[in-house]
Amino acid sequence: MQVYDMPDERGHFGRFGGTFVAETLVEALEELRVMYEKYRHDPEFLAEFAYDLKHFVGRPSPIYHAKRLSEKVGGAQIYLKREDLNHTGAHKINNTIGQALLAKRMGKPRVIAETGAGQHGVATATIAARLGLECVVYMGAEDVKRQAPNVFRMKLLGATVVPVESGSKTLKDALNEAMRDWVTNISNTFYIIGTVAGPHPYPMMVRDFQAVIGIEAKEQMQEMIGRQPDAVVACVGGGSNAMGIFYPYIDVEGVRLFGVEAAGHGLETGQHAAPLTANSPVGVLHGNRTYLMQDEDGNIVETHSISAGLDYPGVGPEHAWLKDIKRAEYVAITDDEAMNAFHQLCRTEGIIPAMESSHALAYAEKLARTMSPDQVVLVNLSGRGDKDINTVARLANITL
Amino acid sequence: MSRIQSVFAELKAQGKKALIPYITAGDPHPDQTVPLMHALVASGADMIELGVPFSDPMADGPVIQRASERALVHKIGLRKVLEMVKTFRETNQKTPVVLMGYANPVEAMGTTRFVALAKDAGVDGVLTVDYPPEECESFNQQLAQADIDSIFLLSPTTEPSRTELIVKQATGFLYYVSLKGVTGAANLDIVEVKKRVAEIRKTTDMPIGVGFGVKDAATAHEVAAIADAVVVGSRMVLAIEQSNANTLIPNVQALMKELRTAIDAV
Repeated sequence: MQVYDMPDERGHFGRFGGTFVAETLVEALEELRVMYEKYRHDPEFLAEFAYDLKHFVGRPSPIYHAKRLSEKVGGAQIYLKREDLNHTGAHKINNTIGQALLAKRMGKPRVIAETGAGQHGVATATIAARLGLECVVYMGAEDVKRQAPNVFRMKLLGATVVPVESGSKTLKDALNEAMRDWVTNISNTFYIIGTVAGPHPYPMMVRDFQAVIGIEAKEQMQEMIGRQPDAVVACVGGGSNAMGIFYPYIDVEGVRLFGVEAAGHGLETGQHAAPLTANSPVGVLHGNRTYLMQDEDGNIVETHSISAGLDYPGVGPEHAWLKDIKRAEYVAITDDEAMNAFHQLCRTEGIIPAMESSHALAYAEKLARTMSPDQVVLVNLSGRGDKDINTVARLANITL
Repeated sequence: MSRIQSVFAELKAQGKKALIPYITAGDPHPDQTVPLMHALVASGADMIELGVPFSDPMADGPVIQRASERALVHKIGLRKVLEMVKTFRETNQKTPVVLMGYANPVEAMGTTRFVALAKDAGVDGVLTVDYPPEECESFNQQLAQADIDSIFLLSPTTEPSRTELIVKQATGFLYYVSLKGVTGAANLDIVEVKKRVAEIRKTTDMPIGVGFGVKDAATAHEVAAIADAVVVGSRMVLAIEQSNANTLIPNVQALMKELRTAIDAV
């Protein structure tokens, strides 16, 4: 098989990706690109990154055979890559450590981030506290309401949380606001983007920092079952946990890759966050070209998902590319289906999954039913669900 | 010679500098955009920069962002903006109109269709904020074939080698962003602007406009002493925001006259 080698040197994944930013950001991105090129293969940098992943995050995260769930579902064996067991409770910390170490080397004393569910904000505030960096997190005002516990966690960690009141008051608006901050404070600020979107080099860099998930999984599956899984399933908002586990598997034949988007109230209602599955048109947002949910005038439409972390109208450009070349398959799961999978995992395995990851679980169950018991589905359990208990309680009309 | 080039040539002959007000199409109401454009010309605009509303105006500050939101309430998209330009052209064939906006509305329409409709409407220049020269080569060629000028931004952080690259692709005039930040930010450093504009002049004879931080007559005066054109965006939009239907035109014209006087005093 041909060796996968994307993106090109200007950050293009075929027709996707690129650097679609105002001139005011071009030099900052060029500086970042040069510095990342310098350090991405630097043994000292990589050793420091590996040290933090092991001793601060607690990696490697285990892979767990969900036997009771597999039996209950009937069909393939379901294995879980336990990113929920990382320090701060999700995969997001892998990337924030990588970028914060880079910020330190670039001499930037201040980091900023956007956040949806709050996991990336918490992960950024965490590493900023550890490295003694000033930290400002932009969060849509809607999300601030939905994710109050994470807002408090960020504040405990010494970060300033700025609620964003513009536009739809969600993740995309937080990203706009972080970009505005960056362009204004470019000399002393490093922008830690939380997903595989944004202008080059972010989609590549975030993927590289998250690839530890897939690299570990390949070794662990070999150890556990003597081979690789038949399918890998991960949820996709911007798509960083999915790229992290997919990337090392792209060149591995026989492993099907499934990205699970949020179908919200159902694709037919228009109230979803599934640009790939719904065949949205290609457009330009947040510095890259990708599939985008938009109206006929090219304005970005409001999305809906029960999970704040998937509530994004675009998708990382590499996912758009993997869809076009048919290396990965993209599907969507509704709010209700995700909620059922959430409860199912809580009760059968004693694991409370994040609402985002519950989308991957729901699809894995569907997929497993079509497969035989000697086949294996590996799910990236990207985060734990403690942050979602208020949402779940509200939906069940329970006052905590 | 394009309308933009003619205007600059004419002003140069008179020893004057251009005043370029920015307004967002459809703000505060779609019916007021064309009258507002004529009012700007009547009160001293040499050229008009017309903003295309967009849901995610990343390079703009809160003032222009709010203008976009007001226009989007009325569903003002690129097609309607082009219709407005066409209506304006029915009675004004002299004042250049530059569209300023973001890439996605153009891509949603399709670049070929956009260029054809812009040409037909009488658009003179296009500034697409998130199309750096590397990402819009074919779009640029299409604009050139339609004799529409490609306006590019230069920023305080643009390296000299990159300035050369941009100057090669740009036509009409160059737009120097006077500060590190979004539109309407407060920290214009006139000494720095002077230094950078002088550097840019070494690479090109093209006229240079300066904008992003012109807040009042005093800054307009200072900028006019350095640049060929003064672009006033957020301050203009603020005047619109602070007016009602009756005071809109008088308020905007009063601001324009103040700016015009300050610029002409150079």
